[in-house]
Amino acid sequence: MIIEYILEPFKYDFMIRSIITAASSGIMLSALGPFTINRNMGFMADAMAHATLPIIAVGVFLGFSISELGVPASIIIAFFLGYIVKNINIGEDTAIGIIFSSFFALGFVLISVLDVTINLEDLLFGQILAVSTFDTYIVGSLLFIVLSVLIIFFKQLLFFSFDPIGAEVNGLNTTFLNYLFLIVLSVAIVGSLQTVGIILVLSMLIIPAAAAKLVTKTFVNSIRISIVFGVTASVTGLYLSYFFNLPSGPTMSLVATGIFILAYISNRLINKNTANLVPIEEET
Amino acid sequence: MNVTREMNIKNKPLIISDGCCIQYGDSSALDDVTFSISEGKKVAVVGPNGGGKSTLFNAIAGLLPLAHGSLKIKGMDPHEAKGLVSYVPQKDLINWNFSLAVKDVVEMGLTNKNSFNLFSRKKINEKIKDSLNNVGLLHKVNENINNLSGGQLQRVLIARALAQNADILLLDEAFSAVDVGAQEDIMQLINSINLDGKTVLIATHDINNLEEKFDEVLCLNRHCCAFGDPSEVLTEEVIQEMYGSHNEMFKNHFKNNHRVTNDN
Repeated sequence: MIIEYILEPFKYDFMIRSIITAASSGIMLSALGPFTINRNMGFMADAMAHATLPIIAVGVFLGFSISELGVPASIIIAFFLGYIVKNINIGEDTAIGIIFSSFFALGFVLISVLDVTINLEDLLFGQILAVSTFDTYIVGSLLFIVLSVLIIFFKQLLFFSFDPIGAEVNGLNTTFLNYLFLIVLSVAIVGSLQTVGIILVLSMLIIPAAAAKLVTKTFVNSIRISIVFGVTASVTGLYLSYFFNLPSGPTMSLVATGIFILAYISNRLINKNTANLVPIEEET
Repeated sequence: MNVTREMNIKNKPLIISDGCCIQYGDSSALDDVTFSISEGKKVAVVGPNGGGKSTLFNAIAGLLPLAHGSLKIKGMDPHEAKGLVSYVPQKDLINWNFSLAVKDVVEMGLTNKNSFNLFSRKKINEKIKDSLNNVGLLHKVNENINNLSGGQLQRVLIARALAQNADILLLDEAFSAVDVGAQEDIMQLINSINLDGKTVLIATHDINNLEEKFDEVLCLNRHCCAFGDPSEVLTEEVIQEMYGSHNEMFKNHFKNNHRVTNDN
C-alpha cells in the first residue's frame, strides 16, 4: 500500500522525466558547490543565473528553446563575466553587482520590447513538470560534460583553487583553468534553470555544499556528501511538490534548507560532545 | 664520503640578474637589480614591506615580465625555466577554506598541466611519502591541514616544493607567523635541503645573524641596495637605505656587531 503510494508518480511519463532531470540538476550543481563556496564565488554564480535572462529573451525571440540555448549561453556568460571581473579594476563584488543587475534589467526590457512569450514565473522559480524528453536528454548531456571535466581536471582545479600562484609556477595554465571552471559552472546553472529557475538555482548550488562542509572534514568528502544532499533535496522536493501540490522549485530549495539545518544541528552536537576531547596539537 | 656544502657550491652562476626592472603599470616595483647567485647557495632576500622581495620571486618564477634588463636561470628566461623553480608563497595567498589532507597538498607539487585524475596513484603515493619524510612529517600524511601549527604548515608547503624536485627553492616569508622554535626547525630543514644541493632563496624580515645562516644576502628597497656576503654588505648605510627612518630599530645589526646587544 505504502510502496504503491510512493511509486505512484512513476506511473506518469512527465514525472519520470522530471525526476531524472531534477536528479541530474541536483548532481551537477552540488558537485560544483564545494568549489564554489570555498572560492567565495556564490555571488558570481548568482550573477551567472541572472545574466541568462537577456540571452534567453533573444534566443526565444529567434525561435530557440531554453534547452537549446544552454551551452552557447553558458559559454558567453562565463567568458563575459570572467573577463569583466579580471580586467575592470573596481573590485570583484562591484563588477559582478553591476553585471548582475544590469543584465537582469536588460532581460526584462528585451522581453517587453521583443514581445517574447515567456512565463516569467516559470523562468524565475522553475517549472520542472513541463520538461520534455528532449530537455531531459539535454540536461543529461550537460551532466555528463560537467562530471567529465570535474573528474579529469580535478587535480588541476584543486591546485589552482587552493594556491593559484603555486599552480602557475608548476606550469598549470591558470587562465584556462579559471575559464574552464566558469564554463562548467555556467553550464550547470543554465542547465538547471528549468528545474529550479533563475532565482533559486543558487540554493541548489550552495546549500548542499554548505551542509556537506558542516558534516565532513575533508574537501574531497564534501563533494561526495554534497552530491548526496543535492540529489536528496531535488528528488525529495519533487516528490513533496507532487503529493502536496506545491511549486516544485521552491520545495526543492526548502528541502535543501532543511538538510542544512539538520547538518548544522548535528555539527553543533558533535562539537559540543567532543569539545573537551580534542588533543592538543604538538609541534614536532 | 660525506657530502659537504662546499662540494655543492659550484661557483657556477645559476640565477643572473642584470639591470632587472619590473613595473606594475606605470610604477616601478624594482629598478636596476643586478646580482649573480651560484648553484648550491643559500641566499636571504631582505628589505621592507613593499621593497620588492615577492616581486623578485615572482619574476624568477616566471610570473612577471621584465620591463628592462635581463634575468636568466641556467641561461634561460624564467618562463622557459619553470620546472627548475619551486615556490612556497606567503601563507596569506593560499585559500585555507579548502580543508585538505596533508597528502593532498604535497601531491600538488607533482601536479602539472599534464596531470589528469586518471592514472595510477602508486608512484604518486611513494613520492608524497618521500617528501613528507624529508620534512619530518610522514606521520601526518592523512592529517587535515587545518589541524596543523604554523610551523608544520610551512613544512608541508616545503614538502610540496620538494616533491616538485626543482633545483631552486623560493621561500617567501618562510618565518612569518611561526614561533621561534618552529623558525629554528624550518632553518634546520632548509640547511638539510641546501646540503642536498638545492639553491635556496628566502625572503625574510629577520636580519639577525644573517651571516651565520646564509651565504649571501640580497638587500632590496625597490632597487638593489647591496648583494654579497652578509658580514660584509650589511653596513649602516645599507640598512639606512633599506629601512630609512626605522634604522634605529636595527642599530645592533651591522656587521661584526651582532653580539654586543645590551652591553652598550
